[in-house]
Amino acid sequence: MATALRVERALDALGDPTRRAVFKRLRKGNRSVREIADGMAVSRPAVSQHLKVLKSAGLILVRIDGARRLYGIDPNGIESLRNWLEGFWDETLSAFKLAAEREQQKSGR
Amino acid sequence: MTGHGSFDPNSVRKSIDVHAAQQTAWRVFTEDMGTWWPLAYYKIGKAKAIDAIVEPFSGGRWYERGEDGSTCDWGTVLAWEPFSRLLLSWDISADWQPDPTLKTEIEIRFIASGNNSTRVELEHRLLDRYGERRDEMRRVFDTEGDWGRLLASFADAAEKHG
Repeated sequence: MATALRVERALDALGDPTRRAVFKRLRKGNRSVREIADGMAVSRPAVSQHLKVLKSAGLILVRIDGARRLYGIDPNGIESLRNWLEGFWDETLSAFKLAAEREQQKSGR
Repeated sequence: MTGHGSFDPNSVRKSIDVHAAQQTAWRVFTEDMGTWWPLAYYKIGKAKAIDAIVEPFSGGRWYERGEDGSTCDWGTVLAWEPFSRLLLSWDISADWQPDPTLKTEIEIRFIASGNNSTRVELEHRLLDRYGERRDEMRRVFDTEGDWGRLLASFADAAEKHG
């Protein structure tokens, strides 16, 4: 299912501490690879690789600004939340159904 | 399990058919929530949660109780109409903290469909109130621990139901 896959990918992408650090740096606004790598203990090519993973997980977007590529957080938060809630309520209501049906059987017919 | 109704990006709708009488379905949902709510994954407080409680009147609390006796509010009962309609507010922010100003709404309808069968319809709405807190939304993706595990767990569940 697309939703689950997307959430899983996002989780996988953020499972790496360096990638989380890269992602965090984008919270304050769009940044170029050089700006992101500045002050980090990893090389620019490594940062580029992390950005690629974050992008394919749907967590960030790339904007072209003249000759520069700027990376920023995908503001599609509400959609991700909606997707997450879909799965959450499926799970929770299924658990409720089981409990209610067990209770019905106990009380007989 | 199916989604139903017209598409509204600010709400999530679910319905499920339960082979239980309407009163039984209502009672299990409201009185026995702690027996079926996935408390191992879904809880707010620091203590291990052992029960989820819906107080049986409009204006009542909806909260979890931890094994150390502590309680943690999830929201309030906005409408208590046995055995057909329950309206709850859900005041949990996107970064998984209680936030009494949030007030997204969850409406649950119990519709008798004959022969000890009940259709339960759930709508979780006003999700745009999360949108106003976009910064918190972003933190969701940046949090280790409970929220991440919860997402993973429900990703599995969504897969199963997919």
